[in-house]
Amino acid sequence: MEGISKRFGPVQALKDVTFSARPGSVHALCGENGAGKSTLMKVLSGVYKEDAGTIVVDGQRQDFMEPGQAIDAGISMLYQELDLAEHMMVYENVFLGREIMSAIPFKTDAAEMIRKTQELCDQYHFDIDPEAMIRDLTSGQCQIVELLKALMRDAHIIVMDEPTSSLSEGEAANLFAIVKDLRARGLTIIYISHRMEEVMDLSDDLSILRDGEVVHSDTTADLTVHDVVRHMVGRELKDFFPERHVSIGDVHFEVAGLASGEGIRDISFEVRKGEVVGMAGLVGAGRTETARAIFGVVPPTAGQMLLKGQSLRVKDPEHAIRQGIALLTEDRKRTGICTGLPCSWNITLPNYERIGMASVLNLRREQQLCEEFGKKVRVKWAEPDAPARSLSGGNQQKVLIARWLMADTEFIIYDEPTRGIDVGAKKEVYGIINELAAQGKAQLVISSELPELFGICDRILVMRRGRLVGNLLTKETTPEAVMHLAAVEEE
Amino acid sequence: MNRFAKQLLPFCSLIFIFSLWTFLVPNEFLTATNLTNVLSRTSVNLIMAAGMTFVIITAGIDLSVGTMMGMCGMTGALAMLLFSGASLADVASGASIDLTNGAMFGGILVSIAVGAIVGGINGTLITRLKLAPFIVTLGAMSIFRGSSLLMNSGKPFAVSDFTLLDTGRVAGIPVSVLLLALVLAITGFVLKYTRFGRYTYAIGSNVETAFHAGVNVNRVLVVIYALTGALVGLAAMITTSRASSAQPTAGLALELDIIAAVIIGGCSPGGGRGSMVGTVIGTLLIGFLRNGLTLCGISTNWQLVAIGLIIILAVTADQIATRRNV
Repeated sequence: MEGISKRFGPVQALKDVTFSARPGSVHALCGENGAGKSTLMKVLSGVYKEDAGTIVVDGQRQDFMEPGQAIDAGISMLYQELDLAEHMMVYENVFLGREIMSAIPFKTDAAEMIRKTQELCDQYHFDIDPEAMIRDLTSGQCQIVELLKALMRDAHIIVMDEPTSSLSEGEAANLFAIVKDLRARGLTIIYISHRMEEVMDLSDDLSILRDGEVVHSDTTADLTVHDVVRHMVGRELKDFFPERHVSIGDVHFEVAGLASGEGIRDISFEVRKGEVVGMAGLVGAGRTETARAIFGVVPPTAGQMLLKGQSLRVKDPEHAIRQGIALLTEDRKRTGICTGLPCSWNITLPNYERIGMASVLNLRREQQLCEEFGKKVRVKWAEPDAPARSLSGGNQQKVLIARWLMADTEFIIYDEPTRGIDVGAKKEVYGIINELAAQGKAQLVISSELPELFGICDRILVMRRGRLVGNLLTKETTPEAVMHLAAVEEE
Repeated sequence: MNRFAKQLLPFCSLIFIFSLWTFLVPNEFLTATNLTNVLSRTSVNLIMAAGMTFVIITAGIDLSVGTMMGMCGMTGALAMLLFSGASLADVASGASIDLTNGAMFGGILVSIAVGAIVGGINGTLITRLKLAPFIVTLGAMSIFRGSSLLMNSGKPFAVSDFTLLDTGRVAGIPVSVLLLALVLAITGFVLKYTRFGRYTYAIGSNVETAFHAGVNVNRVLVVIYALTGALVGLAAMITTSRASSAQPTAGLALELDIIAAVIIGGCSPGGGRGSMVGTVIGTLLIGFLRNGLTLCGISTNWQLVAIGLIIILAVTADQIATRRNV
């Protein structure tokens, strides 16, 4: 790709970008949210038409007007959000839109499609049943189905956008092995990720985008994580995790013997005033389910909760918020933000009573308050009334944090607060958590990134198979010890 | 700016239709009688559309409003007759009965209450049993029509004394117009300037998100369907008063006009978008469209075709505008 430019209205998303990837290599694409990675890849896969520049695939100049043409040229894109038909079988998804027909008119040849899918699975050592239903698969397996789809279309350039964001550690390791195998077979993989470790480990070459321009491109072996992060943010990040001066007070939130219908049992822990407690565990260990039980999304079936010594009973989130509990959910798009509504409405949604607008709104006052809270979390928006969908992922997350800041609850749970947001925004989120700790709030941070937990938490809880199996002081433990507890079954 | 442009499209269409008829049939269209006629006929639709606006913003739909109007009218009229001292036998025989003022007010309240209750039942089924609004209200549509016909073996209830909502005036303004203004002022205010209005938008934009932000989704939805029902009950009384009788078949296919008006006015069937101003414009647009077509001598059958096409056109225009906005 040479000299690619793309403009959306007043925003210059790509400025004269030149990017090339060698066959049989993994080329990582790094950059903060909004740097232009996804836009560049959408140009490559024919979703967007470039304003200027040329695309050359295998020595042939290409001019993609629509995704179909890119697919025909051997380019497949695996999106961050998978788009599989949930109630259909694996092979039906693989052949969706290009079914093999049988001799009988209008009837598809299922047997042949199953055979071909199985053949491809065998060839690449994928452990997937072609006749399994998509909805019964894990997200790691769904990713493999997407790969199958691409391979069935003879893709030789595969773009992966944050492929590990919804995978557990084990599934991610499996995916890395697959990526390496594809590379060995001569395919080109373009790999977009925020996770530095996997990028450094997996890629041969690395390009860094910032503000729509390629700021650096080199072989990965010649770069350190530090270099990459520096190029991404354009400034030195000396202390990635802000320094903390905590004074931990009395027990603020306490839960004993918590259980819910979602498979968690006998969860007991406490969070003190000013304390940040982390929660580690593999995907499916019951961390999100614990948060959902405490917040009343799926009310607990057993157990007691105390906040500031007062007994709590939550029957739904409305009830939980009123009693002083907030939950920043894991899935921003599905349960976090109303993308079609203004940012300000998203911020005030649970807070009308708090800001003295129990029934009738004062729009001007609302605007002022949102400006104020927007500044606190340093959200970048055109105005508080801008639709949430116009913001990048990191800024949407800040809008949600502003919401819970406004709610001013005593106990705040964050479920994967920095998932899919850029390095700069991550640092700001950590800063806010610290600030709230200084104000004496009790906070629980669920995260799959151990460095994050070690960087911001005073104590780390570990979950495995719906139970709490560890409660460790951060300074007295190591990431290895936590991972061992989370992943290894004891006799 | 873009939001403004979206509001503008239905408004320009209204101006266009208005100009078109002025040009084509000036002598018939631009008369005080005709315009008043259109406005008064539209007022019934508008009262119902005000409720439907809430329903559609939550990404729901209420197909039962047309037949609910028939049932509310019948129940309200029956109540008026019974409150005036008639026996069930008198009512069934169709004897002429003098209505008392108290009975008429009672009847109006009964009609509104019946609407609110059956609307509330719709909402309860939708939220508690997690049924699709389309299915629940489709079933209700049939139940309501059947009940209206059963009530007096398919015959109407005559209430010739009930003229309050037809020719009744307060300070020279028709009572029905006053009620319409009141309904629009309240619903418009609630939608735009209250917490309840915000909850309505939030549920339509993303119901899971609304729930996780502490919105009592079920309660809000039940209230919205009940409110729609109550407004249908009010509209039914205006129709009954105008016809001097409650017809069991009143409101036939009216849901089409109401839903069309709300969608043409800019409510997204996908939820989360719409405004009361848009609904007013959409309803007037359909009212004037039908009126002009009638004046041009085009049959009601063709009018149905035209309205169908306009719904599709409006949604297409909305989609194009949304896509550009991404």
